[in-house]
Amino acid sequence: MSEVLMAASRIPLENYAEVVGAGEIEELRALAKPLRGRSIEMINSTAVGGGVAEILNRLVPLAEELDLSIRWDVMKGAEEFFDVTKSFHNALHGEPYQAKRKDFDIFLSYNEQNRATLPLDADFMVIHDPQPAALIDGRPPGSNHWVWRCHIDLSHPNRAVWEFLEKFVSRYDGAMFSSPEFSRQLPISQYLFYPAIDPLSEKNCPLDSEFVQQVLHRYQIDPQRPILTQISRFDRLKDPVGVIRAYRIVKRYFDCQLVLAGGSASDDPESALVLKEVVRAADRDPDIKILELPAWAPLEVNALQRASTVVVQKSLREGFGLTVSEALWKKKPVVASAVGGIPTQIIHKHTGLLAHSVEGTAYQIRFLLSHPEIAAKLGEHGHEHVKENFLITQKLKRYLALFLMLDRRI
Amino acid sequence: MNVAETPFDFATASYLTRIGNQSAGTLAELLTGLEHCSDASIFHHTFQTLGSHHFLTEGFSNDFAQWTLSSTNRNDLAEQLAALDIRDYTSIAALRTDLCCMVRDFCVAQSQVASQSGLERFYFCESVEVTVPLGHSARNLDEFRDGLTRVSHAAFYFHFISSRLRLQLQTNDFSHWLSSSLGLRTLAGSINHIDVYTNTLDSARAKMLRLIDRERKRV
Repeated sequence: MSEVLMAASRIPLENYAEVVGAGEIEELRALAKPLRGRSIEMINSTAVGGGVAEILNRLVPLAEELDLSIRWDVMKGAEEFFDVTKSFHNALHGEPYQAKRKDFDIFLSYNEQNRATLPLDADFMVIHDPQPAALIDGRPPGSNHWVWRCHIDLSHPNRAVWEFLEKFVSRYDGAMFSSPEFSRQLPISQYLFYPAIDPLSEKNCPLDSEFVQQVLHRYQIDPQRPILTQISRFDRLKDPVGVIRAYRIVKRYFDCQLVLAGGSASDDPESALVLKEVVRAADRDPDIKILELPAWAPLEVNALQRASTVVVQKSLREGFGLTVSEALWKKKPVVASAVGGIPTQIIHKHTGLLAHSVEGTAYQIRFLLSHPEIAAKLGEHGHEHVKENFLITQKLKRYLALFLMLDRRI
Repeated sequence: MNVAETPFDFATASYLTRIGNQSAGTLAELLTGLEHCSDASIFHHTFQTLGSHHFLTEGFSNDFAQWTLSSTNRNDLAEQLAALDIRDYTSIAALRTDLCCMVRDFCVAQSQVASQSGLERFYFCESVEVTVPLGHSARNLDEFRDGLTRVSHAAFYFHFISSRLRLQLQTNDFSHWLSSSLGLRTLAGSINHIDVYTNTLDSARAKMLRLIDRERKRV
């Protein structure tokens, strides 16, 4: 039932030396050397779509280039299992949920089925998110190390769902969270593991200015006037209508444009509803461009971010908010809400500006448009911050350090 | 050219951040946290932050100062905390004492402010250091210079900054070896005086290389 996944795209490790420096690659090799001959197994619940699969698609081939024996398995489940885990996911994010005995039984039954088919015998088992958390029941006695990587915000979980999961999580050797705020009181060690962007992926690689201009031309965006951009799903928690309100305040002082770009809403009824609200709020303002990009069109997102004068991320709630890192990597000044993992990326007045309201967001944008030299400096610092902390090579380094630590029982 | 009996072995350190069980929402709670958190936590928020945010050369020297400024808006206390220089300390205990003293004095003088909630909470974390040898070493100044140009930020930070605690001396791995193994005391002293707060790791390394080149020309 398990499926060993092949990476969709391979970028040689050496190519990253141009971005992070040869010393960093040498360091990755040094950290990996004592782990040769040890095996690693990553398990999650989806091979495509979603941030976890995207990261594993990049991480696994890079680990292989370090001569590590790594495999990535995806657990299998039918619709009823994924319906339950989606409810759990939302409940763990704090949404209302009425716990049902049947849901827990379905969850356990699919974990049991996967235990029978997945090897689970690697020296280091990394289990991603709640779906496969109960695989720990299949841990062979006394030998390998098991860690749980939680990519979601557990700061306000539904009590029944968390109490159910906690029994499994507490039996791991450690748990990793994207922000200290997302962690729980647990009897095991908890570590900070940031999500990461790939600087050589289509979404982040350098682009010809000609291509950037073509994209602007395609969407009738004027390159001569300031461009404010928010890249996000059409989701109320990303507050696109709040961004429009902030833009209108800024517009009183600067002749600027606003770009709201996100994935197509065609297959998501809630997103389609939010998109309608956004269109209504835009009120046919020709300087507001609402773009539904097909499957997030990574090169176009890249171009829009690079063309922006200020990038905005005015979320009301956020996981980690990797779009912030994407913008910082492109040396863009960012104004973002102080929610979720954003304050980790935006060190206020050093790598960007934080805001707590529509008015605050508007004020910070005005400040940056009035002080382009400060905006440029924030962008430079933001780029360095991402380079030091939020690139895929740093993420790989963190995993290597974790495995070394578990092995040596530091 | 002097040849050292004991080579300089380049190593690197990777740091895992362990999330602690304490957090603070007010300055009074920050004080409680400072008094009770682990040594590894004090190290993380002062020494280690200097490595992970080395590119910031203005107004950012440790997490406590940054949180005090950005979350509680107390410029006066933030300035005091930011003025702490880790090069003055050879033990975490002494550093903790001074941090506590500053925050305690402020809380006593401004008791109402001390209990006001900040915008975001401060989470006490710890650094877990994992070191590995890089597999290259130096026996003379030329080899040392070559090694210095090759190492990553983490390796440079490990030898230049975090080594101060390991050595329990007011020096660093580089200066210690240059002085004790090659007898280059002046060069060692000049390197030790490079300001880690107003330089990035890259600019500190560039200064170090210039000092080494000057020394190579001299001999």
